[in-house]
Amino acid sequence: MQKGKQAADMLEIKNLHAQVGDNEILKGVDLTVRAGEVHAIMGPNGSGKSTLAHVLAGRPGYNVTAGTVLYQGQDLLAMAPEVRAREGVFLAFQYPVEIPGVSNLYFLRAAVNAIHKHRNEPEVDAFDFLALAKERAKLVELDDELMRRPVNEGFSGGEKKRNEIFQMAVLAPRLAILDETDSGLDIDALRIVASGVNRLRSPERAIVVVTHYQRLLDYIVPDFVHVLVDGQVALSGSKELALELESRGYTWLEREPARQAVS
Amino acid sequence: MNQMPDVEQLANQEYKAGFVTDIEADDVPAGLDESTIRLISAKKNEPAFLLQWRLKAFRQWLTMKEPHWPNVKYPPIDYQDIIYYSAPKAQTGPKSLADVDPRLLETYERLGIPLRERELLAGVAVDAVFDSVSVATTFKEQLEKVGVIFCSFSEAVQQHPALVEQYLGSVVPYSDNFFASLNSAVFTDGSFCYVPKGVRCPMELSTYFRINAAKTGQFERTLIIADEGAYVSYLEGCTAPIRDENQLHAAVVELVALEGAQIKYSTVQNWYPGDKEGRGGIYNFVTKRGKCAGRRSKISWTQVETGSAITWKYPSCILMGDDSVGEFHSVALTANYQQADTGTKMIHIGKNTKSTIVSKGISAGHGQNTYRGLVKIGKAAAGARNYSQCDSLLLGDKCGAHTFPYIEVANSTAQMEHEASTSKIGEDQVFYFQQRGISAEDAVSMIVNGFCKEVFNELPMEFAVEAQKLLSISLEGSVG
Repeated sequence: MQKGKQAADMLEIKNLHAQVGDNEILKGVDLTVRAGEVHAIMGPNGSGKSTLAHVLAGRPGYNVTAGTVLYQGQDLLAMAPEVRAREGVFLAFQYPVEIPGVSNLYFLRAAVNAIHKHRNEPEVDAFDFLALAKERAKLVELDDELMRRPVNEGFSGGEKKRNEIFQMAVLAPRLAILDETDSGLDIDALRIVASGVNRLRSPERAIVVVTHYQRLLDYIVPDFVHVLVDGQVALSGSKELALELESRGYTWLEREPARQAVS
Repeated sequence: MNQMPDVEQLANQEYKAGFVTDIEADDVPAGLDESTIRLISAKKNEPAFLLQWRLKAFRQWLTMKEPHWPNVKYPPIDYQDIIYYSAPKAQTGPKSLADVDPRLLETYERLGIPLRERELLAGVAVDAVFDSVSVATTFKEQLEKVGVIFCSFSEAVQQHPALVEQYLGSVVPYSDNFFASLNSAVFTDGSFCYVPKGVRCPMELSTYFRINAAKTGQFERTLIIADEGAYVSYLEGCTAPIRDENQLHAAVVELVALEGAQIKYSTVQNWYPGDKEGRGGIYNFVTKRGKCAGRRSKISWTQVETGSAITWKYPSCILMGDDSVGEFHSVALTANYQQADTGTKMIHIGKNTKSTIVSKGISAGHGQNTYRGLVKIGKAAAGARNYSQCDSLLLGDKCGAHTFPYIEVANSTAQMEHEASTSKIGEDQVFYFQQRGISAEDAVSMIVNGFCKEVFNELPMEFAVEAQKLLSISLEGSVG
């Protein structure tokens, strides 16, 4: 832990409880993610997958009631959402919102500069930024016109998801959480998005893929698979676990008691 | 673990222009009757026609009632408790900059107004109106070379009485409305501009208005005439100190564009808006109107309104000349307890006249924002066209946006388009920015600026920057 602060433990979640309104959704999640790894979080609807993603990103209204989350050895939960982002936590949204009047490029440049400022680095020059954006856009085959349009406005479902991965490619986060990035994608779009993500895999970066279906994991092959059931990690395993879930469904897990009891 | 970005709790804005300059003033006692008007006229050494005009306006005003149709609420105004003339002492008229009280110059410096000649690079000629009198006019000599007259209204009355007599009240008659009549009776100063035939005014002209003294009303009058084929761009900025009582500002602006002439009139209005509980602030009851008198003339109004407790104004265009063009681009922000009832009137009289209205209303806190606009197509206005767009942006759920578009068409060949939208800055949008590393405050500012972009693009560069800054300041504390 001491030694591996940077390389080893990117994210260490312990006994995480969280509620939305009066509903407790996360009931003691434990999870450790190391740099370079790709983790898939699966589970039935309502098991808390997306809640976990939003809690990690610091979404207002998602209140942590117990537990700890260390990110690169720091208390993630003590950080404001924008500080988490500047520290390298990225959430690809399941439903990216539209921001009328603010162009995609302008938005993203403001984001890059916020991160630079946080690191006491100089602001990025407009021309350099444009070159970077154009190069990264190729990863997900996002064309120029979409980069210049207001953020997500009038984008198709697939374009929105590609835009999320494009943003990830530009912002180069340390920990990327992809929340149901496959939902609403046809097979071609899925391939494009997945190949973009795969090219962003690196030894310094951890990726957490939240998904309901195994399908995405054919393209983004995870190192670990965790199954979330009723707000807890019910089962963890290798990528074969995803295939097992595909054939057996989730119901058999729901009937079994959770793997580990929480004190 | 983290605070909800409280989009609802809006605008703990700090008013940055809210200081008072300690300057001895030459006031006339509060109150209004014919003797007050005679006194003002005498102090200003006015010709007889002007005194007569003032008195006619005053007698008319006595028969009028304060209008209450605007969608704003305020306690009754005691017109006898207002000081109608307040001038910094020893300031009998515009002089060279060296003669101006350094404390006045300091005031303008704190406001960031490029009054001194060293700001030459900015290329803006400024006439500064402090309470009731015009303090200094810069760049006068350069303008005189091309024949442009740009001076205080008082000076114009002395130096160019014929022009004043010809055009004063030709767009906004003294009997026009309650506040315009009051202004006509008691106006003390303002700016005057005449651009001769075929001259393109070589620089942006600018007036800064400032209300300094307590209990003072400001009743300035601006008259701009662009002769045939002339062009002028005119900027107006306004501030006032923070005071608990409300102060009345009832100005009149008249624009006259002759054949082929073009006038671009931009306002960034930042009068003191009152505090968070709605105490104090300026009542901004203003009549602004332009007349496209000649063929192919054009008048554009661009306004960014972030100040005032209550704003009540409708910069309008009377499109008399055939093929004349009227434009109105507006951003109005109401935060805290501010109220705005603003919009425009486009009166199409000539053939093939065109008008464009783009109105952006932003409401926050308990702010109430009303767009009220009239597009009137006269019988003879064959081929007239209007495009109107009214967008409202709401921050929080205690504010309001209202739209009252009036359309009167008397010629069947006219084409009218009207678009309207209402949107709200959602917490999910703000969170999206935050998740990308951008603070909630910057998020709101970026969304608001994006919303206003169309209007800001119409402003001269320096003003666009100032307007953006103003909006950001006005929305400070809008998110927790």
